[in-house]
Amino acid sequence: MTASTPGESELVNPGGDVLLCEHIAKNYGAVTALTDVNLRLKRGEVLGLIGDNGAGKSTLLKILCGFQPPSSGRIILEGREVSFKSVDHARSLGIDAVYQDLALINQLTVFQNMFLNREKIRWPLVRNGIMRKEARERLDAVGVQVPSVNAPVATLSGGQRQAIAVARSVFSDPKILLLDEPLAAMGVKEGAIILDLITRLKREGNVSIIMIAHNYAQVFEVCDRINLIQGGQITLDKPTSETSAEELTELVVQEYRTALEERQRAERSA
Amino acid sequence: MSETAERTIGETGAPQRGPTGVGGAVVRALRLLGRQREATVFVIAVALFLYFVIDKGSDFTSKSNQVLLWSDFTTPIIIIALGEVFLLICGEIDLSVGFVVGFAPYFMHFLTDYYGFPGLLAILFGLLLGVFVGLVNGFFTVTIGVPSFITTLGTGFVLMGLINTTSHDQPAAVPADVLGIGKWIANYAWAPIIWAVLLTAVFHIVLTRTRWGLHTVSAGGNLLGAREAGINVGRIKYGNFMVSGLLGAFVGLQQMYYTNNIAPTAGSYQWMFYAVTAAVIGGTAMLGGVGTIIGAFFGAVVLGILLDGFPLVGVSADPLFIIFGAAILVAMVANVQLTRLRERGQR
Repeated sequence: MTASTPGESELVNPGGDVLLCEHIAKNYGAVTALTDVNLRLKRGEVLGLIGDNGAGKSTLLKILCGFQPPSSGRIILEGREVSFKSVDHARSLGIDAVYQDLALINQLTVFQNMFLNREKIRWPLVRNGIMRKEARERLDAVGVQVPSVNAPVATLSGGQRQAIAVARSVFSDPKILLLDEPLAAMGVKEGAIILDLITRLKREGNVSIIMIAHNYAQVFEVCDRINLIQGGQITLDKPTSETSAEELTELVVQEYRTALEERQRAERSA
Repeated sequence: MSETAERTIGETGAPQRGPTGVGGAVVRALRLLGRQREATVFVIAVALFLYFVIDKGSDFTSKSNQVLLWSDFTTPIIIIALGEVFLLICGEIDLSVGFVVGFAPYFMHFLTDYYGFPGLLAILFGLLLGVFVGLVNGFFTVTIGVPSFITTLGTGFVLMGLINTTSHDQPAAVPADVLGIGKWIANYAWAPIIWAVLLTAVFHIVLTRTRWGLHTVSAGGNLLGAREAGINVGRIKYGNFMVSGLLGAFVGLQQMYYTNNIAPTAGSYQWMFYAVTAAVIGGTAMLGGVGTIIGAFFGAVVLGILLDGFPLVGVSADPLFIIFGAAILVAMVANVQLTRLRERGQR
């Protein structure tokens, strides 16, 4: 890397993984959310990120989408080390996220939400006509049905809201899509819309996906590889075909058992 | 209402989903009104106006009273409300703006009369004072994290103290240097209300048709969500505080020209209370995310008509506030109910 000049990031891993995390840690004051996360995402794959509540899944996701910086560690995007300055910055580099809370504005309409913070404008005005049209086309393309793109999102069902959030995130043709519990609080029928959408994106092959999930059945349906995160680091990394729901359950149960034993030991010594 | 009338309404009413009968007709009428947040307050404003027009005993319709009604009573409420609506929508409030109204003319007067600033430049700095107060409000609220209710309560008192201290509680004459521009701002009888209408149009477009407006709604509707979408929420709030201050300063200058006097009593909490009342009557929620400029405009018109009209028909100023208070409560209850109806209609 003799040719690299200051300010220009060096090529670390050319041609390999689309995203690489090395020794990512995150502290909030005295609280450690992530201790040492090493993660890689291959081009075109769907990576399932599972783990107990508070294991650090969402924290990791919010680092990867530029919402917050890591305390230490390196993020390598397509072979170049990057440090995201903001959500917009990460988005401009091709990373988009769907948050657990969806980041929808109830008071705004479907199309306004789909273009939130990436509105089409002819200065100084927003171009409602073209945004309505494109929102409609995009929703049709991904097979999401809503009563009207002019309806406030407050009036939609949980599944429709989720679908809009996902459809919105693939608007800018991201290279990497981060999904935080895209199937949470959803019925089987509504969940199927999202699973369908993810499968479709996977088939098109332009996007690599990291997906946080609780429901193992859904994880095994769409994910190519699974990472288990425990106590702020990744403790298991296997292709979906080489693991099973039983193995994952066993690992999580073990974690509970260990925690329980530690507590009992602490109580005895107290 | 007779049975036939009921049936006719039931049969011709467009969507057949709602309840039928008299109650149903009322619900449908309300639903129609409710579709546009502004419609309710518009109807109230028109009804009040007509009430005072029909009451022949007064000279409500005379030109001098109409100027008084629109340019004196209504204009300052409208213009200050424009800033408050944006702040309320993004989840904040500016209690200090009334004292910007009072201090901006003094600031301008000090600059011209004591420091020799040319008139136009002094006016510009008078307006910038409002922007600066907004910046300070933004700093304490956004950067430090003090709730804006407390921040602006504090800056309001500071400004009140500054007015009293620097003016030694004495009024001042409008500096000769700045008199020329006065006719454009306020001295021509209809100038103030023309400003108010133009600014209302601009702010309505900004709220509904620009990124700034949409992001203001987003910041108040879902703060975390707006942040996650990459919206710089702090910048939005800073900006809206500064605009509120700027509008306050502009109203201060209008008042100065209109009354041809700079008075320490011009600054008060009353401006803010009227403006917030207008916004609330017009359908702006205190919880953020919801509000309309047109609604606030007509809310201000309602207040202006009440302030102007009641003394004309012989009602003393004393019970006026009872009516104001009741109007706020009724408007809030109506808004909550209409919102529910609206949402039911859209499902």
